[in-house]
Amino acid sequence: MSTTTHGPVELMDYDDAIERFDPVFGIEVHVELGTKTKMFDSAPQEFGTEPNTAVSPTSLGLPGSLPVVNGTAVEYAIRIGLALNCQIAESCRFARKQYFYPDVPKNFQTSQFDEPIAFDGHLDVELADGTIFRVEIERAHMEEDAGKNTHVGGATGRIQGAEYSLVDYNRAGIPLVEIVTRPVEGAGARTPEIARAYVQSLRDIFRALGVSEARMERGNVRADVNLSLRDTPQSPLGTRTETKNVNSFRSVERAVRYEVTRQAALLAAGGSITQETRHWHEDTGTTTAGRIKSDADDYRYFPEPDLLPVAPSRAWVEEIRASLPEMPVARRHRLQGVWGFADAEMRDVVNAGAVDLIEATIATGASPASARKWWMGELARIVKTTDGELEDLPITPTQVGELQGLVDSGKINDKLARQVLEGVLAGEGSPAEVVAARGLGVVSDDGALLAAIDEALAAQPDVAEKIRGGKIQAVGSVVGGVMKATRGQADAGRVRALILEKLGVEG
Amino acid sequence: MSTISRDEVARVAGLARIDLTPAELDRLAGELDVIVQSVARVSEVATADVPATSHPLPMTNVFRADVPEPALAQADVLAGAPAADQGKFLVPQILEED
Amino acid sequence: MTAESTDLTRLSAAALATKLAAGEVSSVEVTRAHLDRIGDVDGAVHAFLYLNGDDALATARDVDARRAAGEPLHVLAGVPIAVKDIVVTKGMPTTAGSKILEGWVPPYDATITTRLRAAGLPILGKTNMDEFAMGSSTEHSAYGNTHNPWDLDRIPGGSGGGSAAAVASYEAPLAIGTDTGGSIRQPGAVTGTVGVKPTYGSVSRYGLIALASSLDQAGPVTRTVLDAALLHELIGGHDPRDSTSIDEPLPALSAAARRGASGDLTGVRVGVITELGGEGYSDGVRARFEESLDLLRGAGAEIVEVSCPHFEYALGAYYLILPAEASSNLAKFDGMRFGLRVTPDGSDGLAVTAERVMSATRGAGFGDEVKRRIILGTYALSAGYYDAYYGSAQKVRTLIQRDFAAAFEKADVLVSPTAPTTAFKLGEKLDDPLAMYLNDVATIPANLAGVPGMSVPNGLSDDGLPVGLQILAPAKADDRLYRVGAALEALLESRWGGPLLGRAPELARSPAISLEASR
Repeated sequence: MSTTTHGPVELMDYDDAIERFDPVFGIEVHVELGTKTKMFDSAPQEFGTEPNTAVSPTSLGLPGSLPVVNGTAVEYAIRIGLALNCQIAESCRFARKQYFYPDVPKNFQTSQFDEPIAFDGHLDVELADGTIFRVEIERAHMEEDAGKNTHVGGATGRIQGAEYSLVDYNRAGIPLVEIVTRPVEGAGARTPEIARAYVQSLRDIFRALGVSEARMERGNVRADVNLSLRDTPQSPLGTRTETKNVNSFRSVERAVRYEVTRQAALLAAGGSITQETRHWHEDTGTTTAGRIKSDADDYRYFPEPDLLPVAPSRAWVEEIRASLPEMPVARRHRLQGVWGFADAEMRDVVNAGAVDLIEATIATGASPASARKWWMGELARIVKTTDGELEDLPITPTQVGELQGLVDSGKINDKLARQVLEGVLAGEGSPAEVVAARGLGVVSDDGALLAAIDEALAAQPDVAEKIRGGKIQAVGSVVGGVMKATRGQADAGRVRALILEKLGVEG
Repeated sequence: MSTISRDEVARVAGLARIDLTPAELDRLAGELDVIVQSVARVSEVATADVPATSHPLPMTNVFRADVPEPALAQADVLAGAPAADQGKFLVPQILEED
Repeated sequence: MTAESTDLTRLSAAALATKLAAGEVSSVEVTRAHLDRIGDVDGAVHAFLYLNGDDALATARDVDARRAAGEPLHVLAGVPIAVKDIVVTKGMPTTAGSKILEGWVPPYDATITTRLRAAGLPILGKTNMDEFAMGSSTEHSAYGNTHNPWDLDRIPGGSGGGSAAAVASYEAPLAIGTDTGGSIRQPGAVTGTVGVKPTYGSVSRYGLIALASSLDQAGPVTRTVLDAALLHELIGGHDPRDSTSIDEPLPALSAAARRGASGDLTGVRVGVITELGGEGYSDGVRARFEESLDLLRGAGAEIVEVSCPHFEYALGAYYLILPAEASSNLAKFDGMRFGLRVTPDGSDGLAVTAERVMSATRGAGFGDEVKRRIILGTYALSAGYYDAYYGSAQKVRTLIQRDFAAAFEKADVLVSPTAPTTAFKLGEKLDDPLAMYLNDVATIPANLAGVPGMSVPNGLSDDGLPVGLQILAPAKADDRLYRVGAALEALLESRWGGPLLGRAPELARSPAISLEASR
């Protein structure tokens, strides 16, 4: 067994930690719903607007303001609940979770406490090697988001040392669904991987359901990760820590791994785990303890008296169930069959987030192989250099399909196609527009080609003789001359046929 | 029923974020004790078989259509603010992260 | 002051409406008459926290112009009104009687305000109240006492003492009040005016600064039952901005008031609540109550006894539910977004954090009664106490609803004295919260159950001060209050030879200091 020192913190080697201890994790995922208005008022929900311009008296918590439930948000919450195989409550209520904090306009968050809208579900998570791991869902409940603080002054711009803070309430009141797992046991050494795959699966489901854009980098999906260790799978659950705001798939995996190694070192040294909130630091890949709050757990929940119970009729629930789209895992398996991709190919496509892009590209008429070639080849390479996402590239599946169509119809060749792609990505317009603007089309005018052929033959009279004499392979150097003269914009096959025809030789 | 001590009042005032002077703590401890002794009689009749009523009228499922209305103007939002800067509310330093 | 303007302030809203419609008088004249009256007597009464004179006159001019142009107008168009300072008014300061909101000008209107403006009622100003409506005497206002026009040394009731006193002293023919445990009805009783708490959910709460969300209800404060019906019809009805608003039309209230004014109550069963009106009620209050029962009987009503055994727990349940909800509703007053901000001077060497500023602001900005109730409510909701306190109180609510349901099997309306005593002296109960709370013992059950209630003046006690009779009806049957209330009003006035308020002493001229200048 070995431990390393990470700053002042002792860490145990991961494999040693797993050897000694059995990890148990749990995840709370918050997803912002993509409704047009907020959870409890009609203020618009907009990303990236000027501060405090998407607020109403209610989202600002002004005296006298009152909440009214967004019916679409309730429907989305039910959709999520059903997709996670949950029971949908016959009747449930909102409650006030009370704590004072400047980004909480009313100094209470309207949430659901002991009566969530959805409960007792599960999600079968597919891992990279095709293994299915079942995660039990305890509950999914509706609540509202808080505003955003910016800490000003101090050395780091962090909360510590800030002189004051600025608060923007645009985000306050945006509908959230919080999904809480039961403690996930039996994941063993694969705990970090499973935790990541679970959050990734949820993201895919949110998108498939159309309830959220589910963009981690915008904070649409946020995860809090609980982790504890115990001696053996038969031991009672250990004391857990809750690492807040772990906001990328990779970070989920890293944070779980870090806590396993940190807690293991602490326990092995005879220490004990403090039940606490910890903060994740993306830059260092570590967690640190939050400040202990004396009244942290006394939220004084009580039923929200300004709102009435939500009692979805069974008919409505069944209507929503019937309208659910195909779930991502089933869809992936179906598409893999239709497209004829190998397991490894499909896995790469999924991991690259390219399923939708390839499907949309194929819909424009491209073959599955060519669609995959573009997205997983040239485009994937570009994304890798920028550490971005395929879907954020300034090119659409329609444009990729159009590009492939130009190749298929012989208007451009593969080499030109890469230049066209470059032009599209540079914002020069559609593939056809780039071809026109850059003058990249293959020369398909036989007259122009014949003139170039005549010149090439005249320049190499001996070669023409050789060809006439039956040395057909010698045609390559004439083709090369023509291609050079046309700056690569000729269809080499057509040039070859024309040369042979001109020389009266059977190809 | 329990009695309310001065320390208890201080703890609750902390939860409620209200600074109280020592004199206020003394007075409130006495007053609240009397009030709580008096109102606590409700538990005499609040037996397990009686359901709770949180709303006078039994209504459910009051929903709003997901249609945006114009937001308040930023100037109106900030007009009542004790302090503001860069279109945002300016508040003193926040010590603890939520 | 002209003789005419004095006359105008003595008229009921219905009478003013008739004169306005007939073109006998303009809204500008009516509004100016009331502003003059306020100028003459509000120095003594102190019913108003804010005067809205210029804006009220602008509204009046606009209504006069629209009437001249032949536009169809609301029946109360041009009749001025006073609004309790707990109702949010865009462009007019709204304080809820608290220092913590001093100077706050809301950027939006309450639904009630919107409806008043749309109907063309000039808003004279905002009336005084106990801070955040916590109190029964208006002595808990951060802006000074309001005085009872019957005796300036006495309280006008509370929390809506300003609205009741304004109407009782002819400063306004109409006013808006709010009633969480009796704050419309009890001031009505002790000032000789009519006050109605409508069925919970029948008047929008949007834009009322919340005290206890499940109990609060706004309603009319007037001098006649018909006026109350007309105002109730204007402010009531469904509002999609309030989730608890009833999505049904109101019953016909003014028609019920007109029908009742005939004085015939044949076939109406009137239930007398055994538990209200005995011990703790003054002799004068009980004597007037018995006389009123005789009058109702004489008008053809059948008087029956009903028992509501759980009413004795109502006060306890109320003083758990109200502080609990209020502690939560008042959390938003923290000095971060609006209103007062108090920053500790830092002399203790500790960092000045948001948390400390919140605590300092709330410690300095809230008055004693508000602090008392927030602490009580926070305690009742805190870990380990919820079930015993808030949970039990919610169960008592169920029992009280059952009592009402059983009583309304036997009777169409229920009656009791509105308040146990007449107006007490300013300062008399200020240091005894429990004694103060007992003022609402008869009015609280209606709030807990959500049923409507009305207080009608029913005579003077031995001390020469007015007392009121409370009428209660089943939820959504507010029309019954108006029929019975109007009948009783007609019978009493024919006995007295005029309205009870006619017996109030004339107020000496006591000019108000300029409120607008003082703010």
